[in-house]
Amino acid sequence: MNIPSSILTLIAGVAMTLISLWYGQNHGLMPTAASSDAGDVDELFNFMMTIATGLFLLVEGVLVYSVIKFRRKKGDTTDGPPLEGNVPLEIVWTAIPTVIVFILSIYSFEIYNRMGGLDPMTAGDPGPQMAHSHNGAALVALDTNRQNIALGLGVSPDSNQDVNPLEIKVNGIQYAWVFTYPETGVISGEIHVPVNRPVALNMTAGDVIHAFWLPEFRIKQDVIPGRETNLVFTPNKVGQYPVVCAELCGAYHGGMKTQLYVESEEDYQKWIQENTFAMKDNSSESVAMSPVDSEAKFLAPYANDLGVDAAALAQLKP
Amino acid sequence: MSTTLERNAPITSPGQNEHPQRKWQDYFGFSTDHKVIGIQYLVTAFFFYFVGGALAEVMRTELSTPDPDFVQPEFYNQLLTMHGTIMLFLWIIPAGAAFANYLIPLMIGAEDMAFPRLNAVAFWMIPPGGLLLMSSFFNGAPQAGWTSYPPLSLVSGKSGEEIWILSILILGTSSMLGAINFVTTILLMRMPDMDIHSMPLFCWSMLATSGLILIGTPVLGAALVLLSFDLIAGTAFFNPAGGGDPIVYQHMFWFYSHPAVYIMILPFFGAISEILPVHARKPIFGYRAIAYSSLAISFLGLIVWAHHMFSSGTPGWLRMFFMATTMIIAVPTGIKVFSWCATIWGGKLSLNSAFIFAVGFLSSFLIGGLSGVMLASVPFDIHVHDTYFIVAHFHYVLFGGSVFGLFAAVYHWFPKMTGRMVNETLGQIHFVMTFVGFNITFLPMHQLGLQGMNRRIALYDPQFQTLNMVCTIGSYILALSTFPFIINVIWSLYKGKKAARNPWRALTLEWQTASPPIIENFEEEPVLWAGPYDYGVDTESIDGDEDVEDMLAAVTAEGN
Amino acid sequence: MQGSTVDNHAQIAIASEKEAAEQGHHGHPDHRMFGLYIFLVSDSMTFIGFFAALLIYRAIMPVWPPEGTPELELLIPIINTSILVASSFVMHEGQKALKKDNVKGLQKWFGLTAAMGAVFLAGQAYEYFHAEFGLTTNLFSGCFYVLTGFHGLHVLTGVLLILSVLWRSRQEGHYSSSNHFGVEAAEIYWHFVDVIWLVLFVLVYLIN
Repeated sequence: MNIPSSILTLIAGVAMTLISLWYGQNHGLMPTAASSDAGDVDELFNFMMTIATGLFLLVEGVLVYSVIKFRRKKGDTTDGPPLEGNVPLEIVWTAIPTVIVFILSIYSFEIYNRMGGLDPMTAGDPGPQMAHSHNGAALVALDTNRQNIALGLGVSPDSNQDVNPLEIKVNGIQYAWVFTYPETGVISGEIHVPVNRPVALNMTAGDVIHAFWLPEFRIKQDVIPGRETNLVFTPNKVGQYPVVCAELCGAYHGGMKTQLYVESEEDYQKWIQENTFAMKDNSSESVAMSPVDSEAKFLAPYANDLGVDAAALAQLKP
Repeated sequence: MSTTLERNAPITSPGQNEHPQRKWQDYFGFSTDHKVIGIQYLVTAFFFYFVGGALAEVMRTELSTPDPDFVQPEFYNQLLTMHGTIMLFLWIIPAGAAFANYLIPLMIGAEDMAFPRLNAVAFWMIPPGGLLLMSSFFNGAPQAGWTSYPPLSLVSGKSGEEIWILSILILGTSSMLGAINFVTTILLMRMPDMDIHSMPLFCWSMLATSGLILIGTPVLGAALVLLSFDLIAGTAFFNPAGGGDPIVYQHMFWFYSHPAVYIMILPFFGAISEILPVHARKPIFGYRAIAYSSLAISFLGLIVWAHHMFSSGTPGWLRMFFMATTMIIAVPTGIKVFSWCATIWGGKLSLNSAFIFAVGFLSSFLIGGLSGVMLASVPFDIHVHDTYFIVAHFHYVLFGGSVFGLFAAVYHWFPKMTGRMVNETLGQIHFVMTFVGFNITFLPMHQLGLQGMNRRIALYDPQFQTLNMVCTIGSYILALSTFPFIINVIWSLYKGKKAARNPWRALTLEWQTASPPIIENFEEEPVLWAGPYDYGVDTESIDGDEDVEDMLAAVTAEGN
Repeated sequence: MQGSTVDNHAQIAIASEKEAAEQGHHGHPDHRMFGLYIFLVSDSMTFIGFFAALLIYRAIMPVWPPEGTPELELLIPIINTSILVASSFVMHEGQKALKKDNVKGLQKWFGLTAAMGAVFLAGQAYEYFHAEFGLTTNLFSGCFYVLTGFHGLHVLTGVLLILSVLWRSRQEGHYSSSNHFGVEAAEIYWHFVDVIWLVLFVLVYLIN
């Protein structure tokens, strides 16, 4: 059987395209998407994955084919064809990546804007706000003139602007996250939020740089001592998700984790109530406790190293 | 006189013995011979490669279980800091300098580098710098990562951090002095017939590399001096507690350290451009495109640094700007990869160790390049920043790219450097083990990162254990893969087949002199009778019977 | 070996043979000036790094210079600036003298330059001792001391270079109109230090 090479090339090309398209949608590499922003990022990732798979198959295909097909025969000492270049071909393979990255840039820009990254409230860098704090404990204070301008992701432009986002203050300290709900005064080591309501985190760090990462929401923002950073997101799936510190912050960096609970409005209100009472009983207990049992056990001997000492706790009281 | 110019003359030909040979002592002293210095760099770099690799194996062993049971978390952070610093500053960068030192003068037909003494000084800063860094283990090694972000670096062990700063300053100065030498030598010392466009591509890539070193390294130096003041004198440049700003450090650090990635990969881009044509018996495809794309990468490399800070203290517009510039780098890099593929397409490939490592380079670097373009996209980078996806990405670039390129270069130039051929079977075993071990170690890390495993942690979530176990097994294969290499090098050095002057029938000038080259490189001034990649162009005069002496006579007659 | 040059550019071959005859087998044209220029480009990047840090602080801090920073006294810095600028011209006279093979002139002018450099350093030291703030007072004072200090180290190096030129010039025939790398290098370096000072003066003293 003699099939012309142009047809083989065509078949290979079609197969490559189909494989790329299929794999781009079915790689299964991302965890659950728990917000619409996360869905957008996944869409972008799938698109990039499709292109990358195509390019991967193309180049690896060329390499494997060459290594098999163009092996030197034993005893052949002649040279290959003296082909020094091909300008049209070179123009093509300069143009294709240029077009691809152009499309990718526009697409990424669009998604980033949709996530609220270009929200004017968060897109400008106000610089450190606590330049003249003379007291380490006062680091969490804010420069009043610049309130609400910070770094990170802001409100999505196409989200419902009428809904008031739930504000939560986040403080990162070695090696725990502390969440303060200004509306109710609840302080907790875990974060509970109602489903389908935008959540606005105002974050800062008490000692070194940390990073607040929600893998299921595809968002991350460094938490920087002396600055305030923001994250706004709208969870749309009830569940329990990890909160991870993603910036090296010391020996137990790996243990700096907690949970985010996305709950129905009723469950959330219940939790708030319970904790408001608990706060009255003992205001520090809920903070010093690490959320997950095994970690709590593990970290217990290092309580002194964790930075959750009396001073830090005092600072957290409303 | 013409004996050594004859093709394939064995190095023991009578003509050779008239030349003084290097003694083994020369390799331990302050030699100003660029070839001795090149070997010194290479051997030193390999020493630190094994040290850095051992640290990595300890880390992988620790990560085979979710709990920090094998080493203490604090020690784990020391390991990761030292592993990163050693691999970057004491392995890849000096290894690039090793080949640059050894090859540039030979490739351009010069006797030595422009400033031989400066060259020796530059080398001799590396062992003290490296030993100083290692000495920190006795007194608490630095544990803030190779990036040393303040304020963490200011509060986690003063002495280790200060030793780290000092040794980086020493190593940085060394690399700067080397770069001054490379630029001057390449621009001013080419043999008269060689214009800049008939210079081997390795020289182009070293030109681009040196430019980055000269512009980037001093800024890192400035950042480290300021960090040092914060650490010792109690200033607050980067310390928010005293009114400083840690983000300024990040900008200054990455202004060097992003170009540093190109400092680490460009020399091996150059080496690959040399190796592929020789073993494919075909001219390099698109000489100028490859040469200029090195310069383009070098220029763009200077304006993309903040893509390491997309989730840090950078405002939205800045993230968008750096996303655009970072994306553009894909274009010159793509040109290179496509040109290399076109070079081997239709050639007559000899699948020897050098060549298969070069193909291994292409196939692994490709993955690093593709994940790199993904990372340029801000929304995606925000998700995977500081996760194992990043760890996978930069190991595909620096191991799959630089280290594979480096092994290809070692196998390719080993006959030139030592006068002995390597054992091909061991070389191929080495390749298969490295390639398999490498992919098993680093491919699963992509998934780990996407799924939510952050980097630089000694303890992790139990759900990631299976993949981590796979990575650890891969890393053991990788560790074992160095044994065939070491055995090969030692065995070949003593028992290997004697290498001819030009065993690969290559056209660049280093193959015109004896293997190993004589002191001061060339018996006579070398003759440029073909471009560096004119394979198949003028086969007659290269492979024909015409004697070199006749050609010389003809050329001389023409000149007079 | 060098005699049997197989070069088709006869001119270059002859030139390089002469070179070789003069400097022995290692002879190649002197590239040291080129190397020096590259070094200075690189060195200027260190200063650009420091300047950039200063400018970023200026731009992002809510108050700059930080509250409580006293006014900088300008009298001594202005005198220092004029001394340093003048010294560059003085030094050039020395080089011109050498071009006419006048080593005595070289020594006179270079000696004067070194003295002016020393006066600059003394002025700097006086300023340090009488400043109303210390290294760790605040962000601005830190920048002030690190920048002027790092520049001061360069001035000190320049003075030492000039002194070593003077030391060597005592030897008969060490420098001449055809052999003057050391002289030229010291001068270029001094001009470099001078230019950096002007930028530093504007950034640190004038626009804070």
